[in-house]
Amino acid sequence: MNSRTIEQKMDFSWRRFFLQWEWMLLAVFIAVNIINANLSDYYLDFTNLRDAMMSFLDKAFIVLPMVLVMIMGDIDISVGSTVALSAVVMADLYNKGVPMVPAMLICLLTGTICGWLNGWLIVRFKELSSVIVTLSTMIIYRGIAYILLEDQAAGGFPSWFSNLGWGYIGSVPIIVVVFVVFAVIFSLLLHKSVLGRWIYAIGNNSTSSRYSGVQVDRIKILVFTLTGFMAAVAALFLTARMGSTRPNIAMGYELEVIAMVVLGGISTSGGKGRMIGAIIAVFLIGYLRYGLGLINVQAQALLIIIGLLLILAVMLPKLKPGNRKQA
Amino acid sequence: MDSYDTGKTAVAAAGSTAVKRKVAWSSYAARFRELGLLFFIVLLCMIIQLRNPSFLTWDNIQDLVNNTAILSILSVGMMMVIITRGIDLSVGAILALSGMISAMTVSEYPGTPPMLALLLGAVIGIVCGSIIGFLVSKMDLLPIIATLGMMNVYRGLTYLISDGSWVSAHQMSEAFKKLGTGTWLGISYLVWFAVLVYVIAYYFITHTRTGRQIYAVGSNPEAARISGIQMNRILWLVYAIMGGLSGMAGVLWVAKFASAQGDTATGYELSVIAACVVGGVSIAGGVGKLSGVLLGAILLGIINNALPLINVSPFWQMGIQGAIILAAVLINAVIKRGVDRTHLMRRNI
Repeated sequence: MNSRTIEQKMDFSWRRFFLQWEWMLLAVFIAVNIINANLSDYYLDFTNLRDAMMSFLDKAFIVLPMVLVMIMGDIDISVGSTVALSAVVMADLYNKGVPMVPAMLICLLTGTICGWLNGWLIVRFKELSSVIVTLSTMIIYRGIAYILLEDQAAGGFPSWFSNLGWGYIGSVPIIVVVFVVFAVIFSLLLHKSVLGRWIYAIGNNSTSSRYSGVQVDRIKILVFTLTGFMAAVAALFLTARMGSTRPNIAMGYELEVIAMVVLGGISTSGGKGRMIGAIIAVFLIGYLRYGLGLINVQAQALLIIIGLLLILAVMLPKLKPGNRKQA
Repeated sequence: MDSYDTGKTAVAAAGSTAVKRKVAWSSYAARFRELGLLFFIVLLCMIIQLRNPSFLTWDNIQDLVNNTAILSILSVGMMMVIITRGIDLSVGAILALSGMISAMTVSEYPGTPPMLALLLGAVIGIVCGSIIGFLVSKMDLLPIIATLGMMNVYRGLTYLISDGSWVSAHQMSEAFKKLGTGTWLGISYLVWFAVLVYVIAYYFITHTRTGRQIYAVGSNPEAARISGIQMNRILWLVYAIMGGLSGMAGVLWVAKFASAQGDTATGYELSVIAACVVGGVSIAGGVGKLSGVLLGAILLGIINNALPLINVSPFWQMGIQGAIILAAVLINAVIKRGVDRTHLMRRNI
């Protein structure tokens, strides 16, 4: 199926093409880079720019499925806890004598189960919004992580494992390669597959898509399960980069991931947005963070900036005169 | 849409007696929810008492009630927010921000009367809440997005204005600390504040027009709009009240623990939401009683207080809290299904 909507096919104009959210993002992205380069002499250094990616791409793994979730009109705020739980389960098993590779597989499995449970609850109890379901599982998953590890750190992984976080293939970091692979898969899934069309359909009108024969429930469970799986992938890379894990890792990931997705032009009410926007937003926020870190802006100021970015990103499209809902 | 779906199955099965019995059970459960909760609390207390006899001593009960007071104050505001189908994740952050600002004011000007500090906290909270209310009502943001974003803004501001340092006990005047530790007629000020909040809130949501409109907006926004209720104003008001209560609670919190930190009350909003859903406030909006919320807050207070007494590791607390929220939310959903079904059958007959 073709990915362009009928509307776009009908009257394609260059003006509208360049007025798209993604181009604006790209412009902002370039502006951020220019400002960063002016603020710090160390910014425009190829190795630095490349290695900075290692520190923010783990969140990007969750951004990819979150785009699908939010296009369906849902939200998942349990991702940070899922990362923590999968990482803690892996570390705990490894320290109890399970070999590393099975432990990693179990980490992925844990995340997948967490995601599946979210999806199952949302589908099974339709009167509950995904906000409240994932809010409660957010507490439960993090709670289980605390039960398993209390307030200790677990680590001591084999040295090859840290390569996942710090290693290179040629001169490209492994995490970048893996991210590109997943980004391509998810883009194709959303824009070139039937499943992707269905996801848009659910986001636009869940009831009518059900009546047109879309398996809404199954797709929802699948997408939430994918989110859990990708959170576990992020857990692998995060743990590998940090060398150890604690129950309180990945706190506040949900904010950043959702901020990236929303900034990428995905509508919070569902049905709108594209994968490329979210991917640009990942790099935008990532390099913004990196650049501000170079000029010693405090982490707490970054919190404010990301929070404001999230709100501005949702507000801006609504400020356009023709676009506001009649409420 | 969802209630329509469940309704359809009810129509299909309306003839069978099995459904009828289920209907009776769930509407019964909805009507006597608070009693059930009370019964559960009594049962829980008895079990804990059997495990550790020091639970139901005067000292411990006082301790428990004082610790629950702030939670119960916040639950009132959260109840109103949830009734309008919203949610507020910024409670902990607003609490920390206003607590920090008023603590810094008090340490700077030791002569500040405690009530003025309380007022200052409340005003800061109202401002913070109004910003969220503006975003939700005028800008049409989803409550979860608006409060998630502002939560981080407020939390960041708290760190920035305090420069990462604490305001500790010796920097606060005795009069200020009295706010959190003093007593009147043998009962702590905190509890009196909570009682005051509950009395005013009870009058407000059951006997004033605006209060009733909050329920109307939550149970059927479309109908509320058509019948001339100013939705935007109600939504705005609800978040401003929530902010004001958080601000006040922030000052009480700081006075009680005699320390203001950047990470004060991180994640406390989850306890508040838990108290609400346990107390029977429906996430789908329009449903919620003060009595239920109070019992919910007490239940959570008991659990937090009793876990150390019966030798449960404090690290279990979070998991238990999450399980309680999920269970309460699911039970609410099942009860609501039954109630909807009953309503539909009544209409058919």
